[in-house]
Amino acid sequence: MAAKKTSAKSNASAEDLKAYYRDMLLIRRFEEKAGQLYGMGLIGGFCHLYIGQEAVVVGLEASAEEGDKRITTYRDHGHMLACGMDPNGVMAELTGREGGYSRGKGGSMHMFSTEKHFYGGHGIVGANVPLGAGLAFSDQYRGNDRVTFTYFGDGAANQGQVYETFNMAALWALPVVFVIENNQYAMGTSQKRSTSTPDLYMRGEAFGIPGEIVDGMDVLAVRDAGRKAVGHCRAGNGPYILEIKTYRYRGHSMSDPAKYRTREEVQKVREEKDAIEHVRTLLLTGKHASEDDLKAIDKEIKQIVNASAEFAKDSPEPAVDELWTDIYTDLAPQNA
Amino acid sequence: MPIEILMPALSPTMEEGTLAKWLVKEGDSVTSGDIIAEIETDKATMEFEAVDDGVIGKILIAEGTEAVKVNAAIAVLLEEGESAEDIDAGSGNEKPAPTTVAEPGAANAEAPAQARGGSSAEAPATAKSNASPDWPEGTEMKKQTVREALNAAMVEEMRRDDDVFIMGEEVAEYQGAYKITQGLLDEFGAKRVIDTPITEHGFAGIGVGAAFGGLKPIVEFMTWNFAMQAIDQIINSAAKTLYMSGGQMGCPIVFRGPNGAAARVGAQHSQDFAAWYAQIPGLKVVQPYSASDAKGLLKSAIRDPNPVIFLENEMLYGRSFDVPVLDDFTIPFGKARIWREGSDVTIVSFGIGMSYALEAAEKLAEDGIEAEVIDLRTLRPIDYDTVLASVMKTNRCVTVEEGWPVGAIGNHLSAVIMERAFDYLDAPVLNCTGKDVPMPYAANLERLALTSTAEVIETVHKVTYRRGA
Repeated sequence: MAAKKTSAKSNASAEDLKAYYRDMLLIRRFEEKAGQLYGMGLIGGFCHLYIGQEAVVVGLEASAEEGDKRITTYRDHGHMLACGMDPNGVMAELTGREGGYSRGKGGSMHMFSTEKHFYGGHGIVGANVPLGAGLAFSDQYRGNDRVTFTYFGDGAANQGQVYETFNMAALWALPVVFVIENNQYAMGTSQKRSTSTPDLYMRGEAFGIPGEIVDGMDVLAVRDAGRKAVGHCRAGNGPYILEIKTYRYRGHSMSDPAKYRTREEVQKVREEKDAIEHVRTLLLTGKHASEDDLKAIDKEIKQIVNASAEFAKDSPEPAVDELWTDIYTDLAPQNA
Repeated sequence: MPIEILMPALSPTMEEGTLAKWLVKEGDSVTSGDIIAEIETDKATMEFEAVDDGVIGKILIAEGTEAVKVNAAIAVLLEEGESAEDIDAGSGNEKPAPTTVAEPGAANAEAPAQARGGSSAEAPATAKSNASPDWPEGTEMKKQTVREALNAAMVEEMRRDDDVFIMGEEVAEYQGAYKITQGLLDEFGAKRVIDTPITEHGFAGIGVGAAFGGLKPIVEFMTWNFAMQAIDQIINSAAKTLYMSGGQMGCPIVFRGPNGAAARVGAQHSQDFAAWYAQIPGLKVVQPYSASDAKGLLKSAIRDPNPVIFLENEMLYGRSFDVPVLDDFTIPFGKARIWREGSDVTIVSFGIGMSYALEAAEKLAEDGIEAEVIDLRTLRPIDYDTVLASVMKTNRCVTVEEGWPVGAIGNHLSAVIMERAFDYLDAPVLNCTGKDVPMPYAANLERLALTSTAEVIETVHKVTYRRGA
């Protein structure tokens, strides 16, 4: 590939590696559980799982600082867990219960946590991109050095408003990292069939926005690329594009039979490129952790995920009065 | 305890399916993520993955079985240290789907009739008018154009609150395409008065994002016609996020600009969006007529923590009205203004429709018909009570607006009056609207496409059963 590629030569401490392993495993097990609850009819509607893409959010969160913002589209469970939102609250939102982050009124695609600076969770492909630039605008307006991570997919990269946003973000030097999670399929349409020029990291070139390709199955490569991009934005140099090559193992949503790709294609990525296996190998071969250490982490994660499922089942449905609340507010906005 | 593997729901609507194929057999080890079966739904054949690690202890439903209910146990998985003997004899019984979902209609039945902004079928014995003076009697007044009033409102609010900024096409260096933002750049600088490229979808979204970040943007659309490029951000992002976030994140933003027909600019630049936006819960919608309302309502809009659609009118920008000389005055939303009292018929309008309504009322008075003329001023919320109190007095109602006739604001008022004041009506409520055509360019046709003073008079004659009806 002709593109610049960030490689994972940087060192990571045992502690860092264990943390990445744990965070990625939490997302995977959480998503597997969500898929199971969907199968049981406890989660309804659309449910887009993040399995396979875990290294993207975990790597980028490792490059973020307190107060940095993040916003994404509808495949959002991983982003929420990675920025520290409570698995119980996320799972209970998936089941549409009172204990959910939106008290059951948002669902899988619409969750928020101003406390964790997570601004959604947006269901319209591409629409979160100008919103993310607007969040970055609010930080620039206030004169702080916060950065907004604006995640979208290879599908959204073909929406017009993305380029309207690139233009203004570059023009006004907004501190926004555009993260293109290229999992190679926009629902059922492969990038080859939808995209005239496949190198999405170059899509900012017309606007003077630098970009690079990152191996999204390598959490260290993602982290390092994130640090570089964040540094660029924080220094006041305007936006930066990261095209992160990743892969989703599951269908687009729960009801996608995924006939547009072969089982072998999926299996090959799982066996050869899996991001969690990669860190697991680094931990074991580097003697940073023993099999028993990792088993203990697995067990802890399993408990957290099972507890979230129990919480999400036990939490009551929202009171019927909730139908009529939160349409308008009397409260002045709190400065985010 | 062995884990039951249940028949999964694989789409939002699936209730049962065919267990097409097992890809594992009893005794096989599986790890989570392994594909263990293929399941046919009415739409597709889906692969089904194991969620837990273990050994397939028993297959309960043979492959090829049709109509397997969702949540029926289809196999049993043994975890480390378990054997086939651990399998409970009861396994395989069909489990009913969880029944925590409220019965359909329950929410409706229990929800109080508090449809804020919506109509209610309850018929109150009386409705009390909300219309009261907007400022103290004896306040000094001065003549001001609507343009000057809008400009003054923004200047005052930007002085008051540093978080307020304005962005849009030609708002800064050009001083506003319609000169509403004249002088703002000089006073507030380029940080707070921002020229955007011609990119409505993009800057509307950036404005909404900035509001999510706690700022209070004013987004000017050069005209509301161009806001159709941005309508997804207005409705899906600005209006709904408070609700979708369970009250966590509001969107304090004002979208403003000229709306409705200008003069001789043809179909794409001439349309009234009042009824479109008034339908959306989560938005507030304002359409002022006079300069004092333009000022007082725009100041309220900028202070409001919710997204506000502020529909101005190019034809009114240069018109002068009395405006109170007060350091700070605002007009609350949801409070209509009675411009003229009368006992024979109620004419309800808003925005530029008010000029036809008031002119018609003057002419009708010469003819002995006393019309009460009500300016709604805000369309979400609507001041139903003031309208109903008036109709209960006059027993007749005509609505006037420039928008198209299907799904018009007048249609909605007709329905509310019918529901809540049916017994008071001596005639059907009639709606004067724009005609059901795209706006023509030719001057004579354009006049015909709009409503008019003559049409309002003719319609009042119909509901009062006077001559010409």
